Amino acid sequence: MGFRLFPEQASTLAPQVDHLLFFLLAAAAFFTVAIFGAIFYFAIRYRRRSDRELPKAIHGSVPLEILWSVIPFGLTMVMFTWGASVYFTGRSAPADAIQIDVVAKQWMWKLQHMEGPREINELHIPLGRPIKLTMTSEDVIHSFFVPAFRTKQDVVPGSYSTTWFQPTKTGKYHLFCAEYCGDRHSGMTGWIYVMQPEDYAAWLSGETPGATLAENGRKLFQDLACANCHKPDGSGRCPALAGLFGSTVSLADGTAVTADEAYIRESILRPAAKVVAGYQPLMPTFQGQVTEEGVLQLVEYIKSLSPEPKAPSQSRDRQGAVRNP
Amino acid sequence: MITAAVEEQQNYLNAGYGLKSWLLTKDHKRIALLYLATITFFFFIGGVFATLIRIELLSPHGNLVSSDTYNKLFTMHGVVMIFFFLIPSIPATLGNFFLPMMIGARDLAFPKLNLLSWYLLVIGGLFAIFAMVAGGVDTGWTFYTPYSTTYSNTWVVATALGIFIAGFSSILTGLNFIVTVHRMRAPGMTWFRMPLFVWAHYATAIIQVLGTPVLAVTIVLVAAERLLHLGIFDPARGGDPVLFQHLFWFYSHPAVYIMILPAMGVLSELVSVFSRKRIFGYSVVAFSSVAIAVLGFLVWGHHLFVSGMSLYAGMVFSFLSYFVAIPSAIKVFNWTATLYKGSISYATPMLYAFGFIGLFTIGGLTGLFVACLGIDVHVTDTYFVVAHFHYIMVGGAIMAYLGGLHYWWPKMTGRMYPEGWAKLSALVIFVGFNLTFFPQFILGYLGMPRRYHVYPDEFQVLHVLSTAGASVLAVGYMLPIVYFAWSLRYGKLAGSNPWKATGLEWTTASPPPPHNFDQIPVVTHEAYDYSAVIDEEVPVG
Repeated sequence: MGFRLFPEQASTLAPQVDHLLFFLLAAAAFFTVAIFGAIFYFAIRYRRRSDRELPKAIHGSVPLEILWSVIPFGLTMVMFTWGASVYFTGRSAPADAIQIDVVAKQWMWKLQHMEGPREINELHIPLGRPIKLTMTSEDVIHSFFVPAFRTKQDVVPGSYSTTWFQPTKTGKYHLFCAEYCGDRHSGMTGWIYVMQPEDYAAWLSGETPGATLAENGRKLFQDLACANCHKPDGSGRCPALAGLFGSTVSLADGTAVTADEAYIRESILRPAAKVVAGYQPLMPTFQGQVTEEGVLQLVEYIKSLSPEPKAPSQSRDRQGAVRNP
Repeated sequence: MITAAVEEQQNYLNAGYGLKSWLLTKDHKRIALLYLATITFFFFIGGVFATLIRIELLSPHGNLVSSDTYNKLFTMHGVVMIFFFLIPSIPATLGNFFLPMMIGARDLAFPKLNLLSWYLLVIGGLFAIFAMVAGGVDTGWTFYTPYSTTYSNTWVVATALGIFIAGFSSILTGLNFIVTVHRMRAPGMTWFRMPLFVWAHYATAIIQVLGTPVLAVTIVLVAAERLLHLGIFDPARGGDPVLFQHLFWFYSHPAVYIMILPAMGVLSELVSVFSRKRIFGYSVVAFSSVAIAVLGFLVWGHHLFVSGMSLYAGMVFSFLSYFVAIPSAIKVFNWTATLYKGSISYATPMLYAFGFIGLFTIGGLTGLFVACLGIDVHVTDTYFVVAHFHYIMVGGAIMAYLGGLHYWWPKMTGRMYPEGWAKLSALVIFVGFNLTFFPQFILGYLGMPRRYHVYPDEFQVLHVLSTAGASVLAVGYMLPIVYFAWSLRYGKLAGSNPWKATGLEWTTASPPPPHNFDQIPVVTHEAYDYSAVIDEEVPVG
């Protein structure tokens, strides 16, 4: 990779961000030229010729003050609105996005495809498909940053954050950790490989087919003896989980909650936080007993437990990170 | 034979000799000099760290120091420069010295408290130095949790304690300024006759008093989690890591205004004196300082656009951040308009003032980029942000600090600095600064993350340019140290008002007598009325 002054555009978002940048650059250039020009002109035109000079005092001008407050303010509101709309796009994943789970830890990225393959510090994705990442960290805060996609999202321990992108160009792009995370922060980098869909399919099948996330989750579900209480037919001491994902759950305190990934995660790690109406708070916490990857697998398994078969990628979109109290 | 030297007037410098007369002084002017020596010391420590960082980044492979050492270097560079240099810089030196004189007071309202403030800064500084010598700290100056509370094995608490103590220095200075401005103004010195330097320091003092306690609370919480293992920020203990960021930036964003508002105050003085004009839109400039102080408390969330904060919170903070941009822009426009039909001198302080306006304009305009949600996602935590805040805090605050130091040096010491060398320093610093930090905007947009010890090869050219600039900048910063020291002995005698300036500080001897004024002045006209100092009107232009 040679020397360059402007980053590659490799996602649908990248040109949007760059157009916004060009608008701001133009506005900045206008003000810079205007201010510098005025200063140079005045400094030369009105340079002091005699130490006895006494220029006439000017007190100011209300119309001018209004003019140079209102015009820049109007301009900044354009920046605000445009910027917010690009931000909104960058945080609203399409419903048909390919779901990939990410676990960050000092100092590596672990990425898991729904179809099974796991990758470390590398991510292979197909061209032209939206990709949605659900991310968490095992230790400190990290940040998932792909400059060529103009995408960045902090990865926070104890919660899930999401981001998405749709690659528009095949190639190999930097993945950086952008939030300082300790000793080998600058080594926490990787590569995103954007491939033609057929190459991606070949890559997927060429991988030693690992178990899918949901399959691993089912195994973990058995190992942890979850089914002792969460009986599939609902006769257990705890609610049955089939069809849970995406449904609305009534809670013991009278409120209701939509069962998304964050809710399921919280119910595994802090079961007492939201107790389902009609059940006792019996469940022990699994905090510290299940790794973040394990939680992701359990979540995927529970998502897969539909009474009627549902496409796995139909995860409902959550706006940005979901942070539980 | 009677010589002039024998009859030298008593002034604050010759009023007493010996260590005790300095270490126990209650004279705000002497305390200002104690601060000056202290922060100059810290500036050079911070500068050494910066030098090592820039040398390391000449090579992409991280082969000068280990990554552990590199992380400590940028952390300590930030901690020292922000908490022990920039925050005290203008208020504690130029503010301490000239705020009372400008309003015609004999001292600050609480002289003993003023001395205590200096001791607190020194004690805080000693803790920070202890932490550095004992092994350093590697959390970044931002101390993000849970890294700082659970994962770092370095001297987090000692450093944080140093910052905690120095924070009280800042609070007490602010308190002293507020009371002084309210209670100690000379007869006739109404609020709207005060120099804009005083207005700027008043606004700064509000932030110091209201904001700094939040930093203190945050530090206590970090220490409580680190030492007592209370679950506050670490999710493994039930805490919330992002809560820390809210608390930290609630102080640390307004802290940027603690650094830049006094600089703006200096600028108003310089632009007025060296164009011999009343500041255009005086009251607008005065109120814009207060507006910045207030609005500055409402924008902290713009540091958290990618932290997982809600989409709508992000939009609110972006919107408010654009609000705070306006009063800063208004100041720049008014300074520029002040030059119109002025009598513009190119003396060194004015060159620094021009440098400030240039660099601050670029720093401020790039602030619009980082306040813009769609762009900030890409550039946050990259070198773009590093360049942006250096343009504000170094390009802005330090240019103004040096400009102010040149401007008031004759008053502080009674002697002139060498004009030729001083002009050279302003030029060298301006060129060196831009060469150091402009390439970092490009680096940042390319995607170079900050705080990277090792980086991809394609960024090397721009890093080399930046390091080259830093060496020019280092020369620029060394020059004033040398010629200021030289001028103490060999500089021309300044006289009481070498610039034909209007402030009350120029109506008394240089250096000033211990109690500033033989008689408390009575103020009869507004600030910047040059017809009072120049009797003959010569047509301009």
